[in-house]
Amino acid sequence: MEHAQGQQHPISLYLKIWGLLFVLSTLSYLVDYFHFQGYLRWSLIVTFMLLKAGLIVSIFMHMAWERLAMVYAILVPPLCLLVLIGLMAAEADYIFLSRIFFFAQGASPGS
Amino acid sequence: MASHAPTPGEPSPSALSSPAAGWQGIAGDWASDKDAFKQVPWGKAMMWIFLLSDTFVFTCFLTGYMSVRISTTVPWPNPSEVFALTIGGTEIPLILIAIMTFVLISSSGTMAMAVNFAYRRDRRRTAALMLATAAFGLTFVGMQAFEWSKLIAEGVRPWANPMGAAQFGASFFMITGFHGLHVSIGVLYLSIVALKVLRGDYERAGNYQIVEIAGLYWHFVDLVWVFIFAFFYLW
Repeated sequence: MEHAQGQQHPISLYLKIWGLLFVLSTLSYLVDYFHFQGYLRWSLIVTFMLLKAGLIVSIFMHMAWERLAMVYAILVPPLCLLVLIGLMAAEADYIFLSRIFFFAQGASPGS
Repeated sequence: MASHAPTPGEPSPSALSSPAAGWQGIAGDWASDKDAFKQVPWGKAMMWIFLLSDTFVFTCFLTGYMSVRISTTVPWPNPSEVFALTIGGTEIPLILIAIMTFVLISSSGTMAMAVNFAYRRDRRRTAALMLATAAFGLTFVGMQAFEWSKLIAEGVRPWANPMGAAQFGASFFMITGFHGLHVSIGVLYLSIVALKVLRGDYERAGNYQIVEIAGLYWHFVDLVWVFIFAFFYLW
């Protein structure tokens, strides 16, 4: 066989990951189908989401086999986004409370 | 030991051996006063950096969606009902979105295998799998067009909708529109690369890296959908 360049992994690996992604997607769909609510719903959704994302990035995008210098250069910066999300969630909560307060008071402005 | 940088686009035969180990390897790579991403072809490193910037774009959209959804005092429309389809007389919640998810995952699977066959220099299978990926992508965009027309017919607009909070329409069209644009561009990109594979361009150059780079873009589109599916449709 000709010497292959680049990353070589058995096709069966990709097929297995493909199957796993199907199972995980089905599970997250079932969360909605069976009307799970509250923290159970959110924790299940996030768990399945992170598992799927991890499989895609590490296996399909070959991140598991890249040099660490590049892995960290790509995967660490998005952590900043968690700060953004935290700030915006706090801000949005404050806006929501302000709106409740304002709408409750100001039903008849000018009076 | 990587004493010399590999020529661009042509990884040296030892490119995959001698991976740097642990933090010492990272420090060594970054402190070497040369290219930091050793033995990573520049095209691949650039694609990763582009995808990193795209991650920030999509996260900004999703964070904006989170903010308007938290701060609105009007109830948010229930996506499970909004995106339900009536098939054979029964209403199935979110079924179209589930099918779209499976289509996109399947396209990622075929793309991953195309990369594999490209490195084995199997041109026919590579091109066939890439065109299959593009066909899945087209299916996805088609279903999205169907979904958009259905919602527009029901009166959903970026500024208002009959189901509840007005911000629903703005978030929906912005996020799925931008994702759909990425899928459409990906379909074009993959088709062009597939045709060039068939024509033998990369055989002459002896370098099939471009297939993996195009694959990175495609898997990223799938990755973004995982987050949109979780946060917009399931939440």
